[in-house]
Amino acid sequence: MSGPRVIAVVPARDEADAIGPVVAGVLALDGRFDVVVVDDGSTDATAAVAAEHGAAVVRLPFNLGIGGAVQTGFQYALSKGYALAVRLDGDGQHDPGELPKLLAPVERGEADIVTGSRFAGENDGYRPPLARRAGIVWFAKLVSLLTRQRVTDTTSGFQALNRKGIALFAGDYPSDYPEVEATLLVLKHRLRLAEVPVQMRERTHGTSSITFLRSVYYMLKVTLALFVAMFRRYTLPEEKARP
Amino acid sequence: MTPVRISLAAAIASILLILVVLELIRGRRLKERYALLWLVTGIVLLVLSAWRGGLNTIAGWLGVSTYPPAILFAAATLFVIVLLLHYSTVLSELHDRNVVLAQRVALLEQRLQELAGRSPGAPEEEGAERELTEPRERAR
Repeated sequence: MSGPRVIAVVPARDEADAIGPVVAGVLALDGRFDVVVVDDGSTDATAAVAAEHGAAVVRLPFNLGIGGAVQTGFQYALSKGYALAVRLDGDGQHDPGELPKLLAPVERGEADIVTGSRFAGENDGYRPPLARRAGIVWFAKLVSLLTRQRVTDTTSGFQALNRKGIALFAGDYPSDYPEVEATLLVLKHRLRLAEVPVQMRERTHGTSSITFLRSVYYMLKVTLALFVAMFRRYTLPEEKARP
Repeated sequence: MTPVRISLAAAIASILLILVVLELIRGRRLKERYALLWLVTGIVLLVLSAWRGGLNTIAGWLGVSTYPPAILFAAATLFVIVLLLHYSTVLSELHDRNVVLAQRVALLEQRLQELAGRSPGAPEEEGAERELTEPRERAR
């Protein structure tokens, strides 16, 4: 029960069937977790269900896409003064039970941001389709090369962050397919990134938003974005925070 | 030398363009910031069409020997491309601002609801707020 409070940022769009157990799962962990669900223009009862289960709900007036929704969640965390945050998806593929494991390195002060990686350790639970796996490997290698730090999973949206990470993502978060670029952003800002092996569950409801053609488009777009981002100048978040 | 009729037609078109742009600025329907590019376009086209020897001179520099008035088209096309690119940057900027506004509105709305929920003496307002923002909850 002791220690600073932790905010769980959960972006969700049309996840009325899945969001309840996600919120309940986080709140059931221990007493220090709060949940904010960012409803990204849902047309179903996502917001109402999340509120019923005890989450704070931020409803975007229209669909911003996953990046805009996640950023909104971190803006909420920043304005409420949370020192620790976790992020997990609203569709149920991230197991809230893994959150303490994700948080541990941040709490020990060993990392500013910890990503739950499906490929960091031995892992037999998660086997994405070939095209997706190729994409994941491609980006992991590319980001590792660009930043000279080994990362195994740049597309994971399962993360834990300290105040520095929250401030960074609240101020600047990529838009369309954000996780890969966000990984680069973290390393370019010299925040310490660590990975923890996690299992991911199959989606409990609905279908993944990534189809084959979209994967191709996604890979091209994100690769371009990565190279452009390499040549962008960054200010450290501490500097930015000063008025 | 550019044929007189081409010169005349192009000059009239350029002058019309400039007049329309000026009128739009006067009526505050076009921000000066965007109007500037249009004005420059009009003026350059006007100069190119009125300066009859000029077209040949420039065509000579660029190695266009068959039909010097093609330079007019080239110049116009170039400006159109620059204008379109300019619009893309404006659109991107508007898009970014739109996102920031949506996020602020959403966070403020959440804060408002939180405060309304806590304050004890405003039952009607709280009810109205819920009706306004969560109609589906009632429908279920």
